[in-house]
Amino acid sequence: MSLLEVKDLTVTYRASTSAASPEKRGSAGAGDVPAVRGVSFTLDAGQKLGLAGESGCGKSTMALALLRLLPKTAHLTGEIRFDGEDLLTMSWGRLRAVRWAGASIVFQGAMHSLNAVQRIGAQIGEPIRLHSPKVGDAEIRRRVGELLEHVGLPARRADAYPHELSGGQRQRVMIAMALACDPQLIVADEPTTALDVMIQAQILTLIESLVAEQGISLLMISHDLSVLADTCDRLAIMYAGRIVEEGPAATVFGAARHPYGQALAAAFPRIGDPASRRRLQGLAGDPPDPADLPAGCSFHPRCAVRLGHCDLVDPSLWPTAGREVPDDGESHKGKGNRPAGDGTRAACVRVLPDDGLSLVEKESA
Amino acid sequence: MNGLVWARRRRTAARFWTSYRQNRAGLFGLVVLALFVLTALLAPVLTPDNALSVTRPPGSPLEGPSAEFPLGTDRSGRSMIDMIIWGSRVSLTVGFWATFISIAFGTLFGILAGHFGGWGSSLLMRVTDWFLVMPSLVLGVALAAVLGRSLTTIIVAIGVTSWPTTARLVRAQTLAVEARPYIERARALGGGHLHVMSNHVLPNVMPIVLAQTTLMVGSAILTESTFAFLGLGDPTTASWGATIQAARDVGAVSSRMWWYILPPGIAIVLVVLAFTLVGRAIEGVLNPKLRERRG
Amino acid sequence: MADSALPTAPVPQLAQSVRDRSGVRRRFRYYGEKLGGSLVSLFAVILTSFFLFRIIPGDPVRTMTHGRPVSIEQQEQLRREFGLDRPLAEQFWSYLTGVLRLDFGDSFQFNRPVTELIGDRLWPTVLLVGTSVLVSAALGLWLGVRCAWNHGSLGDRVNTGVALTLWSVPSFWLGLILIVIFASELGWFPTSGMESTGVEGWERIPDLAHHMVLPLVTLVAVVYAQYLMIMRSSLLDEMGSDYIVTARAKGLRDVIVRRRHAVPNALLPTVTLIFVNLGFVVFGAVLVETIFSWPGLGQLFYSGLSVPDLPLVQGLFILFSAAVILMNLIADLLYPVLDPRVRP
Repeated sequence: MSLLEVKDLTVTYRASTSAASPEKRGSAGAGDVPAVRGVSFTLDAGQKLGLAGESGCGKSTMALALLRLLPKTAHLTGEIRFDGEDLLTMSWGRLRAVRWAGASIVFQGAMHSLNAVQRIGAQIGEPIRLHSPKVGDAEIRRRVGELLEHVGLPARRADAYPHELSGGQRQRVMIAMALACDPQLIVADEPTTALDVMIQAQILTLIESLVAEQGISLLMISHDLSVLADTCDRLAIMYAGRIVEEGPAATVFGAARHPYGQALAAAFPRIGDPASRRRLQGLAGDPPDPADLPAGCSFHPRCAVRLGHCDLVDPSLWPTAGREVPDDGESHKGKGNRPAGDGTRAACVRVLPDDGLSLVEKESA
Repeated sequence: MNGLVWARRRRTAARFWTSYRQNRAGLFGLVVLALFVLTALLAPVLTPDNALSVTRPPGSPLEGPSAEFPLGTDRSGRSMIDMIIWGSRVSLTVGFWATFISIAFGTLFGILAGHFGGWGSSLLMRVTDWFLVMPSLVLGVALAAVLGRSLTTIIVAIGVTSWPTTARLVRAQTLAVEARPYIERARALGGGHLHVMSNHVLPNVMPIVLAQTTLMVGSAILTESTFAFLGLGDPTTASWGATIQAARDVGAVSSRMWWYILPPGIAIVLVVLAFTLVGRAIEGVLNPKLRERRG
Repeated sequence: MADSALPTAPVPQLAQSVRDRSGVRRRFRYYGEKLGGSLVSLFAVILTSFFLFRIIPGDPVRTMTHGRPVSIEQQEQLRREFGLDRPLAEQFWSYLTGVLRLDFGDSFQFNRPVTELIGDRLWPTVLLVGTSVLVSAALGLWLGVRCAWNHGSLGDRVNTGVALTLWSVPSFWLGLILIVIFASELGWFPTSGMESTGVEGWERIPDLAHHMVLPLVTLVAVVYAQYLMIMRSSLLDEMGSDYIVTARAKGLRDVIVRRRHAVPNALLPTVTLIFVNLGFVVFGAVLVETIFSWPGLGQLFYSGLSVPDLPLVQGLFILFSAAVILMNLIADLLYPVLDPRVRP
């Protein structure tokens, strides 16, 4: 059974805070902002899933939604099954028990994710004390020391305050903290973004080895597709609050089917592939404003290979497995065409049998 | 080019207003302020000619509320309503002038210190430190005591003791503005100090100064009433604080003449609150982080 | 396997001890700077008081006798008493040494040394101001935390509204209103003074408390609002922070997140401001003591102003300023205890 099963998750930010206050804003309320629009995926025990996309595409919102950490203005629907239980309908008490003990989070930019006025030892020990109340102080101290050494910091650094550590060290502390209660799942939200390249590599290696060692599932979120492709088994690409492509890491990174996935992959050079450097290019424009999404496929205004009806149909994820991949020019292919028979799915009319024209008819009918 | 700039400014103003309108407390403050300003401007029209006369007052001393004098009369037989109306002139005048002094000096020194930096800047910080550490109101009272009793004295005393706050705020804002890349560009294109300060820094500092101004008028009015109550104001002007002081002098407290004590105080509270609400609303528009925070 | 790639950060013993020694030096420098700054401020205050009362009006004797008939001989007499016939530098030197010996001269209206007068009136003011600061801080911080945590709720809006309104109320007027209602009308509390005559022994404590209620309420009402607003906005700032999300993700209850993580961080700016704002409280005390005839320094200041009794006003001016400087110094020294980031 899968450890984490997300079904049709939506996160909508209410336009005003009037959920909390009965104040009428009437005319000012422009409407709700959909940040995540029907995301589904599964994550098996011990599996590593990477979630990629530009900033503002809903990745971080989704990470926080998984443990219901979003502010009150966010409205969630769908299902988040963790170990068989739905986190969305769960009581607050049960949810608090699952937080950190079941699934923990390594946040982006550990600078601000640690409490500046508490010793790091106390912060690492806090979830242990909370989730196993019977453990004594001495034992907690010992565990904290162990955890610190596990992430490559001397145990006596437990007495340090966050500002006394470097960025990389702080991120190590975050990882030690995430491991404190032996969780089944770690969500790593841009764990290396604020770090310089050398430290990035170290932290990634650390996460990878710890996760593998303890059989923990990993959901890693990043804008950097190459980082994810290195670390994860499977990749999912998000755009405008949706997953637009999902499949084995190598396939998605090497031969993305969705034009956005291709653009994202092309934005990072691949080591040992000089050709990739020549193709290296950014994607013009910005992701759409979630409050004002374009009609049809939300990527079509930026898409280099859009078809005439792309502003009419909004395709959902479609398995590319077992289908003949239509060859319609160079612009669209990765490393040549190969039948993607490995469970890749993409949300693009071009992976549909007839380029999605039948959908247009359905739409207009 | 100039037309373009104006169009942009107009658009900014329109956006400002749309955002400001959302703040009901701010709107309330604005309405109250408008009423008081109108009252102050129309005071000669709203009240009879002899309203403030002590020698031939309209009524007899310390009358209770009646049809003729809805809020009674003061110790000289002047209608309390008229006293409140004329008092709004004093309060607003002192509030605006004291704030003007404070803002003018504060903005000037703040921008200069922020722009040139160096020892001038640290000198300014020292001086403001020194002002902030002295209980500014005690300093003001001492100043007023020394300079003699008049409205001008009170205005100067308030202005002198309150400019350091503005100067610090403006200096910080100037530093933030000057760190932006377009200042670099303006310099590279040959813009002199004066050009950079007046064309780039000032327009960007103005909004924060505006919010500060509104808040400061409120507290200046409060300080004025206090000074007047302490007997430091001009004995011949009918400021609200002076009226309260007069009420206390004639024993309105023990003889329960509520109409003598309540109205001037309520007027002060309303005006000061109105300025505070408007100032906070402006601040909220300028800094949305203060307004809408994650719940 | 990856362990070899991880840079453990062992700090060599030598480096550690070097760091310790420089830490001590840093600490000394920090405290030295703060202390030095306070002394400079104090000197500036003394200088201000000297020039403010001597130079600006041209002649303190004229100021002192402002609007009252005084003969030329009397004026000459006063000039000699104040040493105004001597050079300015000499005057300042004797003034400075006097102030440092806590000698502010003799009060004009009481014909007694200012220091003695201050000594007599110090305790009632310390009692009133101290109690009101404690009560306002406790009340303001508590309400501020609640408002921020339930930000946007009815309770928040009511509390903020009340606080802003009270902030706009002149303290002297509020005092008068309270006297009218609770002393004149209802007769629950005495209208003025600190104690009743003829009360002896332990009975004096409840009597004192009875007298203190109205002045205390007045002072708290105009002061707590600031603390509330500061704490509220400071906590709102903290609530948006990432470490709060971390704390919630750990599974902590909201109450614990607030108490253990948000509030300690939000307290940092608040504590400083509480100390810095003490000057405001001092002035509130002047008014409240005057209204309630509380026999403290504020009332003394007011009586000095109305004469005007320059030596007295001068002495109190220095005293009030020195109190604020001292409080700022305490805040500076306390801050590193609360915030490890600025710990020298």
